[in-house]
Amino acid sequence: MKLAMLRTLAVAAGLAFAAPAFAAGETPVPPQNDWTFNGPFGRFDKTQLQRGFKVYKEVCAACHSMGLVSFRNLSQEGGPGFTAGQVKALAETYQIKDGPNDAGDMFERPGRAADRFPAPFPNKQAAAAANGGAYPPDLSVIAKARTYERGFPWFVFDMATTFQQQGVDYLVALLTGYEDAPAGVEVPAGKYYNKYFPGHIISMPNPLSDGAVEYPKTADGRPQAPETARQYAKDVAAFLMWAAEPHMEARKALGFKVLSFLLLFAGLLYFTKKKIWSRVESAAAH
Amino acid sequence: MAGHSTYVPKTAVGRWFESRLPIVGLIHSSFVVFPNPRNLNYLWTFGGILAFMLVAQIVTGITLAMHYTPHATMAFGSVEHIMRDVNYGWLIRYLHANGASMFFVAVYVHIFRGMYYGSYKAPREILWILGVIIFLLMMATAFMGYVLPWGQMSYWGATVITNLFSAFPVVGETIVTFLWGGYSVDNPTLNRFFSLHYLLPFMIAGVVVLHIWALHVPGSNNPAGIEKKTDKDTLPFHPYFTVKDALALVVFIMLYCWFVFYTPNFLGHADNYIEANPAVTPAHIVPEWYFLPFYAILRAIPDKLMGVLAMFGSIAVLAFLPWLDTSKVRSGSYRPMFRFFFWLFAVNAVILGWLGAKPADGLYVIASRICTAYYFGYFAILFILGFVEKPSKLPASIAESVLGRQGSAAAVGASAAAEPNTKG
Ligand code: HEC
Ligand code: HEM
Repeated sequence: MKLAMLRTLAVAAGLAFAAPAFAAGETPVPPQNDWTFNGPFGRFDKTQLQRGFKVYKEVCAACHSMGLVSFRNLSQEGGPGFTAGQVKALAETYQIKDGPNDAGDMFERPGRAADRFPAPFPNKQAAAAANGGAYPPDLSVIAKARTYERGFPWFVFDMATTFQQQGVDYLVALLTGYEDAPAGVEVPAGKYYNKYFPGHIISMPNPLSDGAVEYPKTADGRPQAPETARQYAKDVAAFLMWAAEPHMEARKALGFKVLSFLLLFAGLLYFTKKKIWSRVESAAAH
Repeated sequence: MAGHSTYVPKTAVGRWFESRLPIVGLIHSSFVVFPNPRNLNYLWTFGGILAFMLVAQIVTGITLAMHYTPHATMAFGSVEHIMRDVNYGWLIRYLHANGASMFFVAVYVHIFRGMYYGSYKAPREILWILGVIIFLLMMATAFMGYVLPWGQMSYWGATVITNLFSAFPVVGETIVTFLWGGYSVDNPTLNRFFSLHYLLPFMIAGVVVLHIWALHVPGSNNPAGIEKKTDKDTLPFHPYFTVKDALALVVFIMLYCWFVFYTPNFLGHADNYIEANPAVTPAHIVPEWYFLPFYAILRAIPDKLMGVLAMFGSIAVLAFLPWLDTSKVRSGSYRPMFRFFFWLFAVNAVILGWLGAKPADGLYVIASRICTAYYFGYFAILFILGFVEKPSKLPASIAESVLGRQGSAAAVGASAAAEPNTKG
C-alpha cells in the first residue's frame, strides 16, 4: 500500500513541477513587503495607517471613492487610532448632501462621524468620463479584490504560513510600477505604461511623486517616515488593507484564544480517550 | 434504528413519556449502546464531523440570512455590511464561507474512506446511494450559496454553470430560462438561488436521517471489511466512539478555525470582492476548489453536450459503484492490485482538481483528457479486478484483526465480564 502510494505520488509530483514551464505569464510577480500585519500575531501599525489615510485623502480621493468606509471607522478599535474628536472635526470639513427635508428639498450639511466617505463623482459614468473612459474602482475592498497566482508549491505552504498579502503587495507594486514603455509598445494618448498592471496599459496617471504629501513630524522636526513615492505607496496600501479588513486585529486575537482553548480541550480529550480505550485494548493494538 | 431498545427510563415521568413516544430509547439504542466494530480507525470519525458541519452551516447561515439582502443591487453591499457593521458579522460570514470548504474536505475524506474499504458493497448499497445524493445536494447548495455575495465570480460562475444546461437538446433552453427566471443571470436568479440555498440544507438533513437509518441496519463497515460475528467484535458506541469522535471533531475544528481566523480568504477568490458586473468578464472564471475536478472533466471533452454528460456522469457513476466493483472482498487492505489503482485514482482526482484551475488550453487539455479517461477507466478496472485479483488472507474475525489471535482469545473473557450485552 505504502509503495503504491509513493509511486503514484511521485508521478503526480513530476507532473506538477513540469507544469509551470508552460504556464509562465508575462506580468511580473509583485515583490513581497515586510508588513507589520503579516502572520497570526500581526497587527496594523497605527501611525502607518494614519499616514496612509493622509495619502488617500490628499491624492487618491480625487478620483477614487471608498463608499463602504465611514468616518467613524477611523477611530474604531484596531484601526488608525484617531480620536473620536479628531474624527468629528475631520467629518465636519466635508459637505454632505442630505435630504429631502420637510419642504422636499435636498440640502448640504457638514459631515458627521456616521457618514460614509463622500465620493468624488456623482456616479460611475461621471467618474469614467473624467478619467478617459476608465472608471476608477472603489477602493474599500481593493486590497482583497486583487491578487496574483502563487503557483505550486507555494499555495500549499501558504495555508501554514497564512501568507495572504498578494493584494497589498500588488498595490505597492502597481503604485510604484510606472515606467517608460519598452521599445515597440505603443501607449495610446491619455494612457500610461505600468509594469504590474495586467496588460500594462493603464488609465490611471502615476498618482505618487516624492514630497507630494507632507508627513507628521517627530520631535526632532523630521518627517515620521521618508516622504518618498515608495513610502507613500506602502502606507496607502497598508491603509487600504485595513479598510478591506477592518476587524483583522480582533479576528486574530479571538483566533488565538479559540485555538488555545481547542488545543487544551483536544489534549484533555486525547488522554480521556486513551484512558477509556485502555480498558479494551491490548498493548499491541491501537 | 438499532433494533430493540434496552433502554428503561428511570423516572415515572420518563416511563410515561417513553410509552407514548419512545424517542429517548431510539437515541439510546442508536448512539449509546449501538454496537460498533472495535477496529474502526479515525477515518470513521468523519461521519460525525459531517453532521457537525451541516449543523454549523445551518446555524451560521440562518444568522447571515438575518442581515443579508437578496437583491442584485444590494447583496454585495449587505455582505460587506455583515463584515463591517454587524457585531461579529465577520466571524459568522467567515465561518460560513470556510465552513462550506471544510464540509467538502470532510465529505471527500468520507467518500474515499468508503471507496477504499469497500463500504458501498452489500448490504450497504442503499446507504451508499443516499450518500451520493447528499453529495449532490451539497454541491447544489454550495453552488447557489456562492452566488449570494454577488461578486464577479458569483455572477460569472452562475452564468457559466447555468448555461451548461442549454447543451441539452429540446429542453435545454427552457431549463436555462427556468433557472434564470429571465433572459440572463439577474435579480430573479439571485432570489431563487437564495430561496433554494435556504431550503436544500434541510433536505440534506432529511437525507442524512435516512443515511443513518440505513447505516444502523447492518451497522458500520470496518477496516477489515468483514462483518461482526460475536459481541467481542464490537464495543458500545458510548463511551468508546463518542470520545473518539469528539477528539477527532475537536482536531478538525482546529483546522477549520485556523482558516477562519488566520487566513479566511485563502479558499476563496479575490474576484469575488469585486461587485458583479455583467459588462466585464473576469480573466479566469474558476469555480470553488471543491468543484475543480468535475470542472476539469467538463472542459476535457471538446463537445459541450458530451462534456456536460461526462461531468454529471462522473458523479452518477459513483452510485453504481456497488455493482461495478465485482470483488467479494471489501477492504482494500486485503486487495493488493486494487490498492494500486485506488491510490492512482486518488492522485488522479487531485491532479484533475489542479487542472480545473488552469486555463483550458495546450498541454492542460491533453492532461485533463488523460486524467478524465483514468477517472472513468478506474470503474472498468474495478469490474475486471474482481475476476483476476487474488486477495490476501482475511482475518478470521474483527477481534482477531485488532488484538491478534492470542489477544482475541484473551479478550473473550475480559469483554464478556466487563461489558454488558449490548447487541440489539
Ligand atoms: C487622476 C485620477 C486618479 C488618481 C489621483 C488615482 N487613481 Fe487609481 N485609478 C484611476 C483610474 C482611471 C483607474 C482605472 C485604471 C484602468 O482601469 O485602466 C485607477 C485604477 C486604480 C487601481 C486598480 C488597478 C487594477 O488592478 O485594476 C488601484 C488599486 C488604484 N487605482 C489605486 C490608487 C491609489 C492607491 C491612488 C492614490 C495613491 C490612486 N489610485 C489615485 C484614477 C486615479
Ligand atoms: C449545506 C449547508 C450549506 C452550505 C454548503 C453553504 C454554502 C455557502 C457558500 C459556499 C456561500 C458563499 C460564501 C461566501 O463566499 O461568502 C454561502 C453563502 C450564504 N449562505 Fe450558505 N451554505 C449552507 C447552508 C446555509 C443555510 C442553512 C442558510 C440559511 C439561510 C445559508 C445562508 C447563506 C447566506 C445568507 C449566504 C450569503 C452571505 C455570504 O455570502 O456570506 N446557508 N453558503
